[in-house]
Amino acid sequence: MAREIPYIAAVQEAIRVEMERDPTVVFYGQDVAPSDEDPLVQAFGRERVRVSPISETAEIGMAVGLALAGYRPVVELLMAEFMLVAMNQVVNEAPRLRYMSGGQVKVPAVFKAGYGFTAGWAGQHTGSIYGMFMGFPGLKIALPATPADAKGLMAAAIRDDNPVCYLINYLMVLEHGDVPEGEYVVPFGEAAVRREGSDVTIVATGWTVGRALEAAETLAKEGINAEVIDPRTLNPLDTATILSSVEKTGRLVIADQGTRHGGASAVIAAEVAEHGFGSLKAPIAQVTALDVTVPYSEPMEAYVLPNEEKIALSVRQVLGEAPVAA
Amino acid sequence: MEQLDNDRLVWMFTQMLRIREFEERVKRTFEEHPGVIRGHTHLADGAEASIVGSLATMKPGDQMMATYRCHGYPIALGTDTKTIMAEIYGRKDGLCGGYGGSMHLVDPGRGFLGTSGIVGQGIPQATGVAFAAQLRKQGQVVLSFFGDGASKQGAFHESLNLASLWKLPVVYVMENNNYNVSTRSEQEDANAANGEPLSVKATAYSMPGVTVDGGDPVAVYEAVGAAADRARAGDGPTLVESKVYRLSAHGNIIAPPGVPLHYPEHEAITTFGNREEYEAALRGDPVPRFRARLVEQGVLDPARADEIAKEVTDEMDGAVQFALDSPFPEPDAAARQDYVYA
Repeated sequence: MAREIPYIAAVQEAIRVEMERDPTVVFYGQDVAPSDEDPLVQAFGRERVRVSPISETAEIGMAVGLALAGYRPVVELLMAEFMLVAMNQVVNEAPRLRYMSGGQVKVPAVFKAGYGFTAGWAGQHTGSIYGMFMGFPGLKIALPATPADAKGLMAAAIRDDNPVCYLINYLMVLEHGDVPEGEYVVPFGEAAVRREGSDVTIVATGWTVGRALEAAETLAKEGINAEVIDPRTLNPLDTATILSSVEKTGRLVIADQGTRHGGASAVIAAEVAEHGFGSLKAPIAQVTALDVTVPYSEPMEAYVLPNEEKIALSVRQVLGEAPVAA
Repeated sequence: MEQLDNDRLVWMFTQMLRIREFEERVKRTFEEHPGVIRGHTHLADGAEASIVGSLATMKPGDQMMATYRCHGYPIALGTDTKTIMAEIYGRKDGLCGGYGGSMHLVDPGRGFLGTSGIVGQGIPQATGVAFAAQLRKQGQVVLSFFGDGASKQGAFHESLNLASLWKLPVVYVMENNNYNVSTRSEQEDANAANGEPLSVKATAYSMPGVTVDGGDPVAVYEAVGAAADRARAGDGPTLVESKVYRLSAHGNIIAPPGVPLHYPEHEAITTFGNREEYEAALRGDPVPRFRARLVEQGVLDPARADEIAKEVTDEMDGAVQFALDSPFPEPDAAARQDYVYA
């Protein structure tokens, strides 16, 4: 049975359900359940639910150790940027240990953090920094864009035998949606077609999925039928679904809240340029954040971000129905 | 902690000798088989007593993690030296199939959960293994090995704070060889600069800190053993500073492909021109020192000691030959996705 709950509640529900079904799942982090009255503490006790100090290297490093020793830690890191404090553990330890050991060990750990909080949090708490994680084989990346996926991808992340950066979009935490009750898993590497269409493919991630769907509604009134694809995980990336959509539509617009250079959008664009070139009837368009640090002041912040209008304009441009700025 | 009987003392001596001989063979490989070892190796010669004294405290189920200077631990834990040498030679029969090399040995079946090649970064991981041990409630203890240099990393301080806060069953064994590559401790450590032992760092984290002669395997066994007993009893971590002298340079020379690699002289000589310091360390070499002590105490017959030495030499001859004979991995084994993702 599905019922409407907010995105953030769906994340918590997944952790709770997975902790119930698997005693090796532990959950800790900064400001996680400081009170003994916390429902997770009540349900699972202080051993498995812990509040930890502001020590990202130790928190993430310990998760690597817990995972090596057979547990499935979920580390609450609050802000994706806080992972940068412990970048070595995230990208140079967790995803490399299995390979370097010749397959002798595995590291099933979930690094849970929020990202993209472009709500006046200025330059250091607003980044959509997952693009950099795509350069580290062994590290999976989940970007849930709906409450149901927030639950299902968290469950999949916990069950996965590899390190996963599970990233919550902080603009979306109060968005409601249908979420199945009980155990619910959304497999990694399977993109969701959020809207079917035949004229153009819009690949959108996280918060921009909603913006792309709004743009598609506007475009529909103009007689343009857009298909919207949400990859849901950036690693593994479901290039097959993206390529088959582009084969059908012949046009690709990518919407991503991250910056462009070295970002997720660039990777998706390169995949399609290399493997789907023959299908393309127009150049690929990327609608990303500008390559600047996110500014504080609201009009400037809005200026650097992708939005419905920018996505719709890019669609018109790849269809030759709007001039492309020089 | 169990009393060390004569058999156990001889076992300890044998393991020290095996580590020494293995490291000598790694070093000699650069001359005898140029080009066979690539990249960077770091030897444990001089630290044998500390390694063996520490690992002798491990009970079944106990676990440990270490650093890139990692050859000694699996040797003492019983990993086949053939596979360790083959790993260092980049061969298919290597312990990690040639994927890891000298710095990334791991043998989880024997409790050796791995290393980090980055200074200090294995410490939080070992702390996490101790977190797991605490959850498992089977009385396991975890040994976390690192060098003196690592104690200037945030990873060290964050980990000790957490381990003490949560009373995790871990023993932090700092092998203090007094050099960060070529920088002396008193040049980069406030405690050392003020004439204090590095074990005082434990005080900040409300845990015991002890300093022990890392050249004496029995002293190390007693210090680490007491710390392990404390950890097993649920009383939390201890910092053991084990003072050792690294008898080789930090590592082989760093050079681009085509330049033959070798071990330079110790930094006491090459950087500081202090040959006497190094000569004094050689005179105090823990391996002959322990042998002399066991012979003097009547624990070890000199003839038996020579036999052991012969057995160890034969073993390492075999390890080198096995590694030389082992084929290289197929190049496309590098693309194995089941090693990238479990």
